[in-house]
Amino acid sequence: MRYFLIGLFCLLPSLSFAAVAKDIAEDPVIEMRMMHLAEKVRCLVCQSEPVSTSHSEWSHDVRNIMREKMKEGATDQQILDMLVARFGKSVLYDPPVDDETAPLWIAPFVMLFIGGGLLVYQLKKRRSKVVDVTLTPQDEQRAAELLNEPSSKDSQA
Amino acid sequence: MMRFILPLILFLILSVFLYKGLGRDTREVPSPLIGKAAPAFQLPTLQDTAKQFSPKEMLGKVWLLNVWASWCEACKDEHPVLMEFSSQKMLPIVGVDYKDKREQGMDTLKNAGNPYDQVISDADGKVGFDYGVYGVPETYVIDKTGVIRFKLIGPITPDNLRDKLMPLIAELQAK
Repeated sequence: MRYFLIGLFCLLPSLSFAAVAKDIAEDPVIEMRMMHLAEKVRCLVCQSEPVSTSHSEWSHDVRNIMREKMKEGATDQQILDMLVARFGKSVLYDPPVDDETAPLWIAPFVMLFIGGGLLVYQLKKRRSKVVDVTLTPQDEQRAAELLNEPSSKDSQA
Repeated sequence: MMRFILPLILFLILSVFLYKGLGRDTREVPSPLIGKAAPAFQLPTLQDTAKQFSPKEMLGKVWLLNVWASWCEACKDEHPVLMEFSSQKMLPIVGVDYKDKREQGMDTLKNAGNPYDQVISDADGKVGFDYGVYGVPETYVIDKTGVIRFKLIGPITPDNLRDKLMPLIAELQAK
């Protein structure tokens, strides 16, 4: 009897099948294309996640709209343009270079230029500080003494 | 002397940027729709599906389009502010019940009061998508010519109502 009950309980999980969320297009080609495109789009609700992997409602809707538009024959660019027109350029992970975003694209090079300029300037200044001096015989003797000092100490030891 | 002044200046510039960044909400994405005509649509009203609403009806008036939903928590904070504001009758307020079940939307308004002159039902969120909605509540100020002049992401508070929305509305109404 006990084993029968255990066996019965083991069967319980088979009743708990859940309906799989229907979040894929019937057409696998469109699904592939959509997922590929969705990787390039930022989920505005989660910000640091692309629409392709996000579980947010908003991303879910965007994926559905992408599928719909693809079925209607829209190109990837048309879909991206449509999203940009509604949500702004920040929905794209790779924003286009234009008047508004140009400072962001140029800034690293400007900073590199300023940094490089400062480095060259400093190095030049340092070089000009080093001046050739002619040593008098006394100086040379003193220098030789200082340089030989350690070896003389060694011999003493 | 330069040795100390230069780093100090650089530090101050950096501080200004960091300080500004501190107060910024990165979730607030500037809407490209500002300065553009409000997208056209036609949707049934929440209470009566036979009645339709279209933004064209509002031409010649400055009006507010407020996107909300019964499932939206921040909308509950916003609701009393909106109730108070609508009692001033400054301008028509149109509510969009976004991705919501009709009955639940109506229940919310019945229980908490209805601040809207008209409420429309955007059950599948298509209109919300056209308006670039990605987080409710969102509020749009639309001018007499049907152009979106301002978009508020997040709830209306007494502060942003007084400092941002009301001055802008008054300015647009005077035009």
